[in-house]
Amino acid sequence: MVQTMDNTMGFPILSVLIFLPLAGAALILLMNRANDKAIRVVSLSVSIATFIVSLSLFTGFDKTTHLMQFVERYEWIPSLNMSYYLGLDGISVLFVLLSTLVTILCVLISWESIRTKTKEFFISLLVMEGAMIGVFCSLDFMLFYIFWEAMLIPMYLLIGVWGGPNRVYAAVKFFLYTLVGSVLMLVGIIVLYFYAGRTFDILELMTKAYPYKMQLMLFWAFFAAFAVKVPMFPVHTWLPDAHTEAPTAGSVILAAVLIKMGAYGFLRFSMPLLPDASRAMTPVMLTLSVIAIIYGGIICLAQTDLKRLIAYSSVSHMGFVTLGIFALNTQGVEGGILQMLNHGVVTGALFLSVGVIYDRTHTRVIADYGGVASVMPIYASLFMVFTFASVGLPATNGFIGEFLILLGGFKANQWAGVLAASGIIIGAGYMLWLYQRVFFMETSPKVAGLQDMNMRELLTLLPMVVLVFWIGIYPNVFLSFMHPSVQHLLERVNGGSAPAVAANIATQILR
Amino acid sequence: MNSYALIPFLPLAAFVINILFGRRYLKENAHWVSILAVAASWVLAVSALVDVAGGNKINFDLYTWMLSGGFKVSVGFLIDQLTVVMLIVVTTCSTLIHIYSVGYMHGDSGYYRFFSYLSLFTFSMLMLVMANNFLQLYFGWEGVGLCSYFLIGYYFNKKSASDAGKKAFIVNRFGDFGFGIGIFVVFLTFGTVYYEPVFSQAAGLAGATYNFLGYDVHLMTLIALLLFCGSIGKSAQMPLHVWLPDAMEGPTPVSALIHAATMVTAGVFLVARCSPIFSLSDTALMVVALTGAITSLFAATIGLVQNDLKRIIAYSTVSQLGYMFLACGVGAYTAGIFHLYTHAFFKALLFLCAGSVMHAMGGELDIQKMGNLKKYMPVTYMTMLIASFSISGIPGLAGFFSKDEILWMAYAGESPVGKFVWAIGTVVAFLTAFYSFRLIFLTFHGKFRGTHEQEHHLHESPKSMTIPLMILCVGAVAAGWVGIPALIGENIGVHNYIAEFMKPVLGHPEGHGTHGEEMMVMLISIAVGLSGIGLAYFMYIVRPELPERLTQQFRAVHRVLFNKYYVDELYSFIIVRPAIWTAKNVLIGITDARIIEALVNGVPNAIGALSSGLRKVQTGIMQHYATIMATGILIFVAIMLMR
Repeated sequence: MVQTMDNTMGFPILSVLIFLPLAGAALILLMNRANDKAIRVVSLSVSIATFIVSLSLFTGFDKTTHLMQFVERYEWIPSLNMSYYLGLDGISVLFVLLSTLVTILCVLISWESIRTKTKEFFISLLVMEGAMIGVFCSLDFMLFYIFWEAMLIPMYLLIGVWGGPNRVYAAVKFFLYTLVGSVLMLVGIIVLYFYAGRTFDILELMTKAYPYKMQLMLFWAFFAAFAVKVPMFPVHTWLPDAHTEAPTAGSVILAAVLIKMGAYGFLRFSMPLLPDASRAMTPVMLTLSVIAIIYGGIICLAQTDLKRLIAYSSVSHMGFVTLGIFALNTQGVEGGILQMLNHGVVTGALFLSVGVIYDRTHTRVIADYGGVASVMPIYASLFMVFTFASVGLPATNGFIGEFLILLGGFKANQWAGVLAASGIIIGAGYMLWLYQRVFFMETSPKVAGLQDMNMRELLTLLPMVVLVFWIGIYPNVFLSFMHPSVQHLLERVNGGSAPAVAANIATQILR
Repeated sequence: MNSYALIPFLPLAAFVINILFGRRYLKENAHWVSILAVAASWVLAVSALVDVAGGNKINFDLYTWMLSGGFKVSVGFLIDQLTVVMLIVVTTCSTLIHIYSVGYMHGDSGYYRFFSYLSLFTFSMLMLVMANNFLQLYFGWEGVGLCSYFLIGYYFNKKSASDAGKKAFIVNRFGDFGFGIGIFVVFLTFGTVYYEPVFSQAAGLAGATYNFLGYDVHLMTLIALLLFCGSIGKSAQMPLHVWLPDAMEGPTPVSALIHAATMVTAGVFLVARCSPIFSLSDTALMVVALTGAITSLFAATIGLVQNDLKRIIAYSTVSQLGYMFLACGVGAYTAGIFHLYTHAFFKALLFLCAGSVMHAMGGELDIQKMGNLKKYMPVTYMTMLIASFSISGIPGLAGFFSKDEILWMAYAGESPVGKFVWAIGTVVAFLTAFYSFRLIFLTFHGKFRGTHEQEHHLHESPKSMTIPLMILCVGAVAAGWVGIPALIGENIGVHNYIAEFMKPVLGHPEGHGTHGEEMMVMLISIAVGLSGIGLAYFMYIVRPELPERLTQQFRAVHRVLFNKYYVDELYSFIIVRPAIWTAKNVLIGITDARIIEALVNGVPNAIGALSSGLRKVQTGIMQHYATIMATGILIFVAIMLMR
């Protein structure tokens, strides 16, 4: 069995994080549906409690090791050698925190906007949270797959029930798209299971070497699942529909957490399990990433729908993430992981912000807006912060991520770095254009007399503002979580050729 | 912590206070916070000047900003001779313009917002000039760009203002694209982005080549030109000059501070800061010199025919920035920085005078509708007149010394294009004098051509505005006295202090020529300046009907100049419209809709067709399905394992 760190928390923290939201969902199930207010309060309390528990991951995480931490392992189905096996390392830990934070914000932003089937809505939301945390914590491949698929159901419901006019199409498209990808991954998992001697233990699977041809086939099987989730070009077309039709909370979860799982999948499975194939496929992956950056950016220039524009910008931003990951060097991968977090914060915040104004105007058409800065100055300032974080201005989190990615990308492949860097020009183009049309110029009649944000809305957005600047000004707090794990991963992928760099890192951390 | 770190952070604190509390609490008192902060920074800057003049060099890190693998960068400060000169320019101009703004922006609904942006700008600019590494330089670089965006678009309800802000930001991003890649190459070459190790190792790599995008190129040329891309954007050189004239949509104090005295000179600062790299590449220097020379000529010709008060000065700024690059390009970095420093005074003064005129004219900008203002605004008239003499290179004034230094170094330096750029520079000196005095004569002399109502309201501006004018006017006269060339200085017993001061950072190239030649260059530059003024006097005072006749006669030339050589239209035609057209018609219309979506929606349709054929298999019995599914997966697995 592969070495891991024991859980020193004194209680099974990861299980608590997964099952606390599920317990909350169960509690709401028992409540009277007429009592909307109580349902909201319970959801909020449960999500805050989960977040507080998760904070101890932030403080208790040992940043000096790449080993799995907070580990829990119980036998589950011995005959298949399946176990309930949880743990976190520097690659996954921050995403658990992101999930718990985002859920609170989703509850808050849905406070008044969800008027029908409130009970079911919050049940879905909390089930979603449990499943998301499960995905990031699983160290058993079957368990991972179960959580992975389990996420689809609440998300499908969120879009299909509480979404916009075209919600059913969007929901089915989302479901089928991701399901097709996942099935291929399932095949890959089973192949690995048999080849490695009947084990779903991810850490153990990573210790084995697989023949190159098999790696290649598995790489594409996994690719099908992960690329759809990211989404990479050309399998991105579910995203604009899903984002646009989803209710605000759905869009936020999609943007902030769900699409991170694709990139996470590459990092957790494709790269360490299939190092030779990953290296060999780098040119393809870099190409697809660069296409996504430019394609996703240019297509934003012609969007007329607020949410659709932000959705397409995600395609571009996630292109940066996959570019960094497949640069296969420290700056690229660390930048990629940080950018996953950043994108969660910024795009999550942008969708929350759109929700704020959509609740007032009930229109997503950009042309309906104009001059919002005159009537809602506080809202305009916060939106400005997120706009510039999205554009990657220094002192915001976007800059740190994009800079490291482009540096790593340029190091790995100059053309990829240079072409991707053009994305920062296009990004400025569409985001400032969006901002101008919504907030500047003459006040449109549709926004005249709107109230600025209330306290609840302000509280929803403030954590994101704090994160934007915190990561932008002092990113080492977050980068330091990753160093050993990323180093370990790169040694595995690049065939252990980077011990000198690792030693360098270690001394710099100790200093 | 070193107290000099407070120089940028005091204005930052003022920004935070103003943006958080300005709207509710500070309101019309918002300027106090900002002015106190920037004045305190000025005091610290002066003490830094004393410190550096005493032989100290300050270099320290505040904290590690980013650490990833071998990449480490801090927020850190380097204060040497070049830095302190910039510190003095930035804090002095900024303080005076803060004070001026109290009067100019009085009663504006976004008063606190204006001052918070000014503070944020001052912070960013100070971070830029005080950086001890390339990444912090980039931080300040983008920060000033952001503030520029805010302040150009300050009157955001106006479409033209918000367009101009956006344009400035995006055009600058084109330059930053190259700048950023330059930083990557620096890091990959030197393993660090700190100035000191980079510059000290640069000489050792003087002849090295670098494989860039498949081509082997001279390393130092590559780095220098990539960094210079940033300069082209920020300092509005061709072909990225298009944003600066539009930037005049911002309030006038902003034009003076950001778009004349400080931010736009950041590009020149960058070249001077990286002089150890630029000096290793003759090609790069030549590009810099030619870009500067051509831009200065190009902008000056446009300035000849514009009628918008502020835009004329804006084109003048583009032109003078070109002059500074011209200087750097012939290796005379000190002359470039010297001109940057004198230019900050007389150009800020010109803009503030323009603001004073606008204040009196109720926002009117068309100089054809002005005239005879000297009667109503004596202080504004006198100060603007002196600033115009200074920019025209009238002997004894600030502009004369720096311009003369540049022309002499171009003429007598080692640059292969030196004589050529000298010739262009001389022509530009003539044009500059002409358009500057065209502006003076049309605005302040002759008959008033505006409406009666405007004439009725004409008045001199309040003290808070005129006093900064007078202080800047002292600078426009005397700022050059620290750089009196030896040719004159020997006779009156003064040194070229600035050249001696800057020598440790920027070197001090000597002109290779006789005293006679130096005298000739100087006399030519004086002569062209005077004749430019004389021609303007002749055309606008003696024979005021002449310009109209000339316009009629050379209609085509006039139209091209008046329309700024149609560069904006060209960019719209080759970049903006194709990008949007592609997005609409190709990406959305074809790739996403016809190709990808057709596949995505086509597969279910095909399956639908297929499955109606397969319906017979559907027995409705769960076990059958399970068996089929399991078999299918097994077959897959078997195939994979057997390979």
